Amino acid sequence: MSSHTLPYTVESHPVTGLYSGKFGTWLFLASEVMLFGALFSSYVLLRVGAPADGPGAWLSHEEAHLDWKIGGFNTLVLIISSVTMVMAWASLKMGNLKKGKTYLAVTMALALLFVVIKLTFEYLPHIQHGLVPSHSTFFALYYTMTGLHALHIIGGVVVIAYFIGPGSALWAKNPEYYTNRIECTGLYWHFVDLVWIFLFPVLYLL
Amino acid sequence: MADAHTDIAKHVKLYIGVFIALAVFTVITVAASQWDIGHRGNVALALVIATIKGTLVASVFMHLKWERGMTLWVTFAISAIFFAVLLLVPVLAVSDAPPGVQMGTWG
Repeated sequence: MSSHTLPYTVESHPVTGLYSGKFGTWLFLASEVMLFGALFSSYVLLRVGAPADGPGAWLSHEEAHLDWKIGGFNTLVLIISSVTMVMAWASLKMGNLKKGKTYLAVTMALALLFVVIKLTFEYLPHIQHGLVPSHSTFFALYYTMTGLHALHIIGGVVVIAYFIGPGSALWAKNPEYYTNRIECTGLYWHFVDLVWIFLFPVLYLL
Repeated sequence: MADAHTDIAKHVKLYIGVFIALAVFTVITVAASQWDIGHRGNVALALVIATIKGTLVASVFMHLKWERGMTLWVTFAISAIFFAVLLLVPVLAVSDAPPGVQMGTWG
């Protein structure tokens, strides 16, 4: 069995001007724009189509018991996690694996904090009060949008955990390749942060 | 190598600056939502602030500020067109509501 080396993992591809992992990640993120774009479009369509009052009227965030302080705190948690993620890449770029892995661990801890806050202070109390997806159009959309976003957070945690653990063995063989992989993970992570930047005002404030 | 280190060190300062800007804009988002300028005004203002925050994240944290390859920008342009089409659907629905159905209240 012959061993093959993937081309353009470190050097830029002559056509795209990017290493292939980065271009692939951007294509994936373009598809994610469609996914979340469709959900935002559905939100606007259903909201402008809801009756002004009576049965089926749109729930305000007060009626939905959504506290902007919890959403705002989680926004800050994700923003800080974006900074630690990009600092992990910068540390690796400067040749410091230990520091890079520490920043990755902090990013993962912040991601888990986001999910724990969402579950403990929002999902569980809402479910206990019967505010489940079948309660109203608002909650159907709320759980779909925030649930899909939370799944993306959990997916990011799995990838980051891999690169702190077994995936970091690549550093010894090819540090630049490993650093590029962290950059791609970061692109995904910042996109997840970016989606929340729009979800927060739409669901908690407007 | 030393130049690369200096470049990255400059980037780090920028990252901290963007973090502070994002935190400030989050506070502004909340404050602006308390300002009664009508539903449409509040929605527009919140989306403008979110767009500024999103641009900061994409350009600095996602390194788009330093990307020069045309292929990437063509990919973004196609993606932006599809996104605009998706958001056009509610606009078309509002402008073509059946008789007797009131749309566009943003209750």
